[in-house]
Amino acid sequence: MACTSDTVVAGIRAVAAAVAEHRDELVRLDREIGDGDHGENLNRGFTAVVAKLDPVPATPGAVLKLVATTLISTVGGAAGPLYGTAFLRAATSVGDAADLDGLAVANALQAALEGVVSRGKAVVGDKTMVDALTPAVAAAESVASTGGDAAAVLGAAAEAAEEGARSTTPLVARKGRASYLGERSAGHLDPGARSTALVLATLAAAAR
Amino acid sequence: MIGLVVVSHSRMLADGVAELAGQMAPDVVIAASGGDGSGGLGTDYEAVGEAIDRASSGDGVVVLYDLGSARMVAEMAAEEADAEVRLADAPLVEGAVAAAVAAQGGADLAHVLAAALTARDYDGTTGAIAPDSAPDSAEVSADLTLTNDVGLHARPAALVARALAGVDAQVAVRFGEQSADGRSVLALMGLGAPGGGSITVVASGPEAAEALRRVTDLVHRRFDE
Repeated sequence: MACTSDTVVAGIRAVAAAVAEHRDELVRLDREIGDGDHGENLNRGFTAVVAKLDPVPATPGAVLKLVATTLISTVGGAAGPLYGTAFLRAATSVGDAADLDGLAVANALQAALEGVVSRGKAVVGDKTMVDALTPAVAAAESVASTGGDAAAVLGAAAEAAEEGARSTTPLVARKGRASYLGERSAGHLDPGARSTALVLATLAAAAR
Repeated sequence: MIGLVVVSHSRMLADGVAELAGQMAPDVVIAASGGDGSGGLGTDYEAVGEAIDRASSGDGVVVLYDLGSARMVAEMAAEEADAEVRLADAPLVEGAVAAAVAAQGGADLAHVLAAALTARDYDGTTGAIAPDSAPDSAEVSADLTLTNDVGLHARPAALVARALAGVDAQVAVRFGEQSADGRSVLALMGLGAPGGGSITVVASGPEAAEALRRVTDLVHRRFDE
């Protein structure tokens, strides 16, 4: 299947709807171990993104860049710079391509992960979105290397991200606001990992 | 002159830190950027970029920040800024004070950043930062009594540090068993030398006499209180 700027815009619109639907869940998760603003911040950011998607940008890269700059300036919290950097690096990775194949999507996810790691300085096991994104990239690359298309790559990434997010529950946070809680952060799902899995699952569903 | 930017999740905290540091560095532009831009707690990427522009006079800008996203937002704004920007991973209040005093004294970007970073190692209880020893050059010293009301409190300490900027000498200020680097406003304040207290100023290096004269002069003028 094709993965054009229209496909990506449809995916981002679906993400905005999913974030709105899960706003309260993300707020609740973040209240348990953070400052409780993750759901609200992401919802504000993606609402602002949707308002800018008409007219549809020319390329998938242009869509991703628009998402990045909007999130950076509207999401007041760590999610702004982190998601913003992720989308920005993904945009750079896909360049001017009009249609993304599986490999392009996997490379974009890899670039997004590198951006998040360099911005947030977190590694796997710190109880952050990196715990969801890292296995997602590995799964994406595996499917892309055997010729999977964009939808198949996103599907594999989403599945791995979901599992990665769940793995954060027993962890003690070492980055972000939750790290101030020390041992008390264990036993809670990380809201950033949860939202990352949600975004990927929604993009995958939209691409099918 | 180097400008400073204070980024905090809280508007009041950012404004307060800028006010406090500004008291000791009247000519330094200290731009505060606090809150999410709509009255709540958070950080505002565009506002931080604007603060960097306000603080920039062309010589460079040092940015101090409080928690998590403030660092990341500062980093992104710094990458986009026209000015030469350095981020100071330092305690916000002490780092801003130390950086402001260094900037007021005319220090360049690297030295203002270094001044902010001294706050990281400073333990707040003793004059822990020892001056470099210079055994080959003659030491000069003076015993002085602090006749002003507040002793080596924030403003007087800042005046001493600023007076020594650009003077080629190592200066130690001793009070009781403690010794502080005369250029470190934090260490000077950490001596806790009160009004009426006696300090010893020891200077060495090529311009030791000039350094000693400047400090002695300030003490005799009761720090212009």
